[in-house]
Amino acid sequence: MSDLAGYLPEASTMAGRIDALLLALTVVSVLVVGGIMALIAWFAFRYRRGSPAVRGPAPRRSRTLETVWITVPLLVFLIIFVWAAVLYRELRSPPQDALAINVVAKQWMWKVQHPGGQREINELHVPVGRPVKLVMTSQDVIHSFFVPAFRVKQDVLPERYTTLWFEPSRAGEYPLLCAEYCGSGHSRMTGRVVVMAPQAYESWLARNPGAGSLAHQGEEVFRRRGCSGCHGESATVHAPRLAGIYGRRVPLEDGDMVMVDARYIRDSILLPASEVAAGYPPIMPSYQGQLGEEEILALVAYIRSLADQQEDAP
Amino acid sequence: MSTVGAAPGPSYIGVSYTLRSWLTTHDHKRIGLLYVASITFFFFIAAVAAAIMRLELVTPAGDLLEADTYNKLFTVHGVVMVWFFLIPSIPATFGNFLLPLMIGARDVAFPRLNLASWYVYSLGGLFVIITLIAGGVDTGWTFYTPYTTMFSNTHVVAAISGVFIVGFSSIFTGLNFIVTIHCMRAPGLSWFRLPLFVWAQYATSLVMVLATPVLAMTLGLVAIERLLQVGIFDPALGGDPLLFQHLFWFYSHPAVYIMVLPAMGVVSEVIACFARRPVFGYRFMVYSLLGIAVVVFTVLGHHMFVGCQSMYSGMVFSLLSFLVAIPSSIKVFNWTATLYRGSVSFEAPMLYALGFIALFMMGGITGIWLAALAADVHLTDTYFVVAHFHYIMVGGAVMAYFSAIHFWWPKITGRLYPEAWARFAAVVMFVGFNLTFFPQYVAGFLGMPRRYHAYPPEYEVLNILSSAGAAVLAVAYVLPLIYLGWSLLRGPLAGRNPWAATGLEWQTASPPPRENFSHPPRVNGPPYAYETERGDGP
Repeated sequence: MSDLAGYLPEASTMAGRIDALLLALTVVSVLVVGGIMALIAWFAFRYRRGSPAVRGPAPRRSRTLETVWITVPLLVFLIIFVWAAVLYRELRSPPQDALAINVVAKQWMWKVQHPGGQREINELHVPVGRPVKLVMTSQDVIHSFFVPAFRVKQDVLPERYTTLWFEPSRAGEYPLLCAEYCGSGHSRMTGRVVVMAPQAYESWLARNPGAGSLAHQGEEVFRRRGCSGCHGESATVHAPRLAGIYGRRVPLEDGDMVMVDARYIRDSILLPASEVAAGYPPIMPSYQGQLGEEEILALVAYIRSLADQQEDAP
Repeated sequence: MSTVGAAPGPSYIGVSYTLRSWLTTHDHKRIGLLYVASITFFFFIAAVAAAIMRLELVTPAGDLLEADTYNKLFTVHGVVMVWFFLIPSIPATFGNFLLPLMIGARDVAFPRLNLASWYVYSLGGLFVIITLIAGGVDTGWTFYTPYTTMFSNTHVVAAISGVFIVGFSSIFTGLNFIVTIHCMRAPGLSWFRLPLFVWAQYATSLVMVLATPVLAMTLGLVAIERLLQVGIFDPALGGDPLLFQHLFWFYSHPAVYIMVLPAMGVVSEVIACFARRPVFGYRFMVYSLLGIAVVVFTVLGHHMFVGCQSMYSGMVFSLLSFLVAIPSSIKVFNWTATLYRGSVSFEAPMLYALGFIALFMMGGITGIWLAALAADVHLTDTYFVVAHFHYIMVGGAVMAYFSAIHFWWPKITGRLYPEAWARFAAVVMFVGFNLTFFPQYVAGFLGMPRRYHAYPPEYEVLNILSSAGAAVLAVAYVLPLIYLGWSLLRGPLAGRNPWAATGLEWQTASPPPRENFSHPPRVNGPPYAYETERGDGP
């Protein structure tokens, strides 16, 4: 499908495939609605009162006919269902090697944290040809991250992470919109996604250095907020060491296993009593209200980087 | 069906002309008309809100209204249209007026409860008016949390109190209709001899009685969280915003069918009468009404495909949403087949009914788009959704409401309306509706989000078209007020059955006497006996 007369570009790898589904839906809709309307118009004309059409007795019911018009739509619906569900599954399954970028939404702006420490507001720079996975959370109400040109949308909720991924297929600037009503400034909560050629993206990253990489910023937070006092290398408190745990399953005190990911780290910082690691006393205080969403995301990046270092080590 | 002797004595209107006699009436017909007056009032409040919004949206910039004012307008438009017009529109007016007449009863089972439901409705309406005067509410009719419970600085509790209260009037009406249909059918009127309008009221009443309490509980919890900071839906207090969405749509998706099922009932009566044919596949029509009433409780999750719902729940809800379209499509096919070998005429009720089928079909088929997961990801929360549900609720339910007004006007008032004007209004309404809402499909397809006070300039042309359509639609809504008002005073007398329709309501005087029938009617055959050649049952 072309770019919908220039109004809606297809700028991600999924866009064209979703447009094929939308095109099929359009064709089915036009055929069905057009066909039935034509039939109604034909009957209404042919059997208008006073027309010479033959009336005679007509069936009042027909099992065959009714079975046909139950099964045929059902089959068509099932085909569309499966087609759309398969695409949806891909939309919800980010590739492992995706470039992870954090998005924090608040009334009424989008704040972006790149792994290299770059920060943006209401803009998102990404390279063409590489899957990008957004890890998103909200500081207040529900927002929704919507890029029509990529055909993706995902609600952004407070107090939890949602993810969305896309692979930009064409350089350019595309509108970013908030799609979930979020108050006075809802229609102002817009921005743009800038898709750049890889080299241009690299030089953009280099031109906009943050205060060190996100993991480095997280390390700062780790020290400044006193996390290192218990979880640091030289700490004497009996607290879990954090190196190498990211991406692993660890046992909990109540016998469950949990995957150490952004969600678990966030909950352990804010609600430390809810999922206590096995073998450790539940002595960690909650940091609810003391750490911002962006600081927490930086801590996650730091803990993740500890695992990456571990893997690199012999 | 047997004919009923001439009814002596005054009509239900002529019994007494005092205001007191209306406000204390137990007559289902008068209560129906009390509802007509109330919902017409609220319809115009909500329509004015829509008109101001369409005016704002003529230009991309937010130059006419403050953003907050715009947000309050779409909230009041949604709240009032959904709960104070559409939900009661056909059941509380025509359902009340016609149900006892159609089943040959003297009144509904609980006449006092029936009057109480109108007062409860009015009390709920009072809360909405108070909310408006106090400064309005800006949450959207969906009251999503945590915005509604913790972030909105408007009169949320007053507004949800109004909705909470009005819900009980639905429950009372639904309960009343269920008992009436079970217990008060005329001798010989077995279940499968009931007109489809009665079946539609029955299915609607089931949904009202089962779904509305969940809405009441949910809104109660919202008020508790907002007033007392008890964490239920706000994650900052330990609540879950998804829980709200599930509870809200457990009511609010079935609510769409509280609007549409009665409309389907009206259209079945009208199509049969003006095609002079029994409704094709009567039993399938009944089963599909009941099928919708059941399946519709299982599709709530299709509002959360881009929410935080798990992927697999999304798939299950998607599949169920496709299934709910099957009974609706059966109905469209059967209405079409009813025309076959009929003797079709095109009086205003029929024009509205045919308009209903066309618009309902377009609204329904775009529902398939939104049930399809990956398509919904792009389309949800855009104007595509706005167009979709307006095709169902305004194109569908409101067209059917106007069809009912014209079809039963002679029965209710005893007078005929001017046919040419009515046909003209029907055509204007159809054209105006499509001009208003079709461009919104396109705008949404191209990515324009809903609830935007200002919007990117590439959507300007579509919005101008839509606003122009709204102006045409406004004319179409005002026209009936004028010519029906004229008919009330000067219209020629209708006689008991101007359409030569079947159905018990046409066998008594127009307007009917207080007690409906002078002798209790007996029913000897199936409904829609428009064909005399063949006497077999449906």
